[in-house]
Amino acid sequence: MARQYDVIVVGGGHNGLVHAAYLARAGLDVCVLEARPMVGGATVTEEIFPGFRYSVFSYVVSLMRPEIIRELDLPGHGLAILPLESTLTPLPNGDRLYRDGDHHRTWREIARFSVRDAEAYDDYGRTLFYMARAVKYLLGIAPPDPGRMGPGDIRGLLGLARHFLNLESDQLHLLVKLMTMSAADFVDEWFETDALKATLSASGIIGTFLGPRSPGTAYVLLHHYMGEIDGNFRAWGFAKGGTGAVAESIASAARAAGAEIRTDAAVARVLVKNGRVNGVALANGDELRARVVSSSLDPRRTFLDLVDEAELPGEVVRAVRGFRFRGSSGKVNLALDAAPDFSCMPGQGPHLRGAVSISPSIDYLERAYDDAKYGDFSREPYIDIVIPSAIDPGMAPPGKHVMSCFVQYAPYKLREGSWDDRREAFGDTVVDTLARYIPNLKDIILHRQVVTPLDIERTTGLSQGNIFQGELTPSQLFFLRPVPGYAAYRTPVRGYYQCGSGTHPGGGIMGAPGKLAAGRVLADLGKGPRRARGPVPGRRGSGR
Amino acid sequence: MLLQTPFHPRTAPLCHHRRWRSWSGYASALSYEPGHEYEYYAVRSGSALFDISPLRKYEITGPDAAWLVDRLVTRSAFACPVGKVLYTPWCDEAGKIIDDGTVQRLDADCFRITAADPCLRWLQDCALGMDASVRDITLDIAALALQGPTSRDILSRVATGAAIVTLPFFALTEGFIGPAPVTITRTGYTGDLGYEIWARPEHALRVWDALVETGRGYGLAPAGLDALDVARIEAGLLLKEVDYVSSWTALIESRKSSPYEAGLGWTVQPRPGRDFVGSRALEREAAKPSDWALAGLEVDWPRIEERFAAVGLPPLVAGRASRDAAPIFAAGARAAPRQVGYATSSTFSPILKKYIALATIRRGFAKPGTRVDFELTVEFVRRTVSATVVETPFFDPARKRS
Repeated sequence: MARQYDVIVVGGGHNGLVHAAYLARAGLDVCVLEARPMVGGATVTEEIFPGFRYSVFSYVVSLMRPEIIRELDLPGHGLAILPLESTLTPLPNGDRLYRDGDHHRTWREIARFSVRDAEAYDDYGRTLFYMARAVKYLLGIAPPDPGRMGPGDIRGLLGLARHFLNLESDQLHLLVKLMTMSAADFVDEWFETDALKATLSASGIIGTFLGPRSPGTAYVLLHHYMGEIDGNFRAWGFAKGGTGAVAESIASAARAAGAEIRTDAAVARVLVKNGRVNGVALANGDELRARVVSSSLDPRRTFLDLVDEAELPGEVVRAVRGFRFRGSSGKVNLALDAAPDFSCMPGQGPHLRGAVSISPSIDYLERAYDDAKYGDFSREPYIDIVIPSAIDPGMAPPGKHVMSCFVQYAPYKLREGSWDDRREAFGDTVVDTLARYIPNLKDIILHRQVVTPLDIERTTGLSQGNIFQGELTPSQLFFLRPVPGYAAYRTPVRGYYQCGSGTHPGGGIMGAPGKLAAGRVLADLGKGPRRARGPVPGRRGSGR
Repeated sequence: MLLQTPFHPRTAPLCHHRRWRSWSGYASALSYEPGHEYEYYAVRSGSALFDISPLRKYEITGPDAAWLVDRLVTRSAFACPVGKVLYTPWCDEAGKIIDDGTVQRLDADCFRITAADPCLRWLQDCALGMDASVRDITLDIAALALQGPTSRDILSRVATGAAIVTLPFFALTEGFIGPAPVTITRTGYTGDLGYEIWARPEHALRVWDALVETGRGYGLAPAGLDALDVARIEAGLLLKEVDYVSSWTALIESRKSSPYEAGLGWTVQPRPGRDFVGSRALEREAAKPSDWALAGLEVDWPRIEERFAAVGLPPLVAGRASRDAAPIFAAGARAAPRQVGYATSSTFSPILKKYIALATIRRGFAKPGTRVDFELTVEFVRRTVSATVVETPFFDPARKRS
């Protein structure tokens, strides 16, 4: 007789774990099934090379919702976020642009390039504060669907209208611009310094198969700015112990609430009977029963791999097939024998504790995208570097370092060859690019891990290696994420839910989809707050 | 890392207690001695020498310079003949204050503006379509304030080629200190007789040395920001981001202030056909006044003493000026306290022997003579003491203008 649970959560990434923790706290009997030997999904720390711990995929934290940290008492379960304050942009001519928490020094540094930009910088920061404050509301609600107009939708839309009508009109205008513009055009409205514009707009291309001049990237930029740490919008930080420590703290909170977490437990299929879910079949053939199954996997796996297409309306299948993943990034993780020595800022200064962005100009980023558009990895890629060991001594042996390099672009589909053939060539390109700014780099590399989009897909299951479970472009957001009619965490199969980054409000180590989906499940089980937000149970998509 | 002003080689050895703070990113002495009393009394009985180099300075030149300044600030540039200086705020389109400073008219088509914070971009954007150019000259000019009753005697002995003795209040003159060419303005932030001296950085130390040497016989003391803060409150002079919040830094609308609300209504100088930034909004506000106003408060010192005496303490409020906002309540409504404003700066005035405050307060309570209650925390318990609205400046010696 198969074990019977209230809820089975497929996938033990941070969203699956958050989802499970909230359901377990509500008194449900919950089981999380994770295919890998450790929890975390793309939020993992692994000791690939002895003594050196890599945040293999995701590497910094900001978006994790403060209410989740508070409600699950994640600090009590071991979560500590260390500050990440500065950004260094090395330039090919040996100069640099360095910004940190010293307001006046940052002012002077930008003023070396343009006094006007130095002054605009504060204005820009304030504007993004307003924007982050405006969209923060959206991070806490299930998206109502204007195409359906159920009672929950109407309530949600009225709340939304009230929220946005309360904004100053110039803020509303700016928000519309952010949703439609390119990141490059957006920062162009403030600045003239190329390195500054490029580094700021780089936030708009991360995880997206678009260039800084592509419309829609301004939203991605905002997405990276709406995080907050201790009430400070736009603040980013390092999880002590690597991003895996985030997942472990959530797992610990979930277990403390009574959830069971099984690793090495890959789910092969979600079992559906008479249009209603009744459990899962594991890859090893075991079957587990549950009233509710929530998938934290991406929409393609959730809708097309785990259930039989025959269980789904044709328009949903078509819509999911059209959902864009297009993995665009890779990672290169390095174990270093010594600190990297930047020629533009020699020595072991505080800049090593911050981010280093290889984004000298908008043209540089756009050219990097040009290569990718036609199926090559960028010959000179955009690289976002952090050195966690500079602030967290537990990440590497004393005096040695780990360096995390997020690299874009690395298109999932290569024009020539396969990623298995070209993995090391890609790694060489990244190291060669970095060595132009870090002359001692090649001499101090002890170990190199190259993570291609194919590796991301193979290891974590993220389709095409897209780090957000689907691009965060406006056509794939809010009530369109992942597909119209099923943006509020339900699926066409009764009892089957989605709770991953492929749902609103999207990717990054945020946890919001997991929490909001838990609210949906609890409301449908009659355990939630009475005023459930979102579409009414049992209604199918209208096919609009 | 804090920068050093051109006077740092002189000020650093004097700052025995290393009481520095950041003023626009520059190391600026809070006081040179452990306390600021001597430095404060230098302002009121001898002369105090302040390094004010961190001020932002801009130069506006060109055939349209006067038109540009007239468009930028609330006071009219055409009311400022060559050789005069204006104190003025400037506003955004909504008539809310961005910053305040002085405008010096050096020539028919040359002005210098001082500002608390950077605003080159704003000045340049306002100059669009005008034949005038704006230059940031912050680093090109080192500045000192010489303030106090003996400042005229000192400066008239030190400066050559300048008629210091007859220089009127808010006028400027060119001259020399030793070989160094300087601009001297009869301005300051203390409400006392005083001057500000503007020189090239390479001449800074010579200017300092000349003033200190001659000043020795006239009670001159280098002074820091703590003494300045007490003096400027006595003079009723506002401090940006303390007594008002710039419309550029205010995150919410209610934090912003118009000149009328900040007690600077007298600087709004409309003229038929004059269109300056914020003029339309200010015209509307003049017709329909805001509910908020700036008021000076004299807090009843005997009541403060009583409050402390009740717990067996002497009045522990004397000392430095406070920038902690304190709520102001309608007088005497102990049962149902009604907050009608907040004090933004307050200090014990050593020269007046009074406890004084600058407050933003409902217009209905801003009339001199109105009684209000001022919140004071005594031994961790919040109390109120009565206070009276008075005209500012609190301290206004005849020598300031004579």
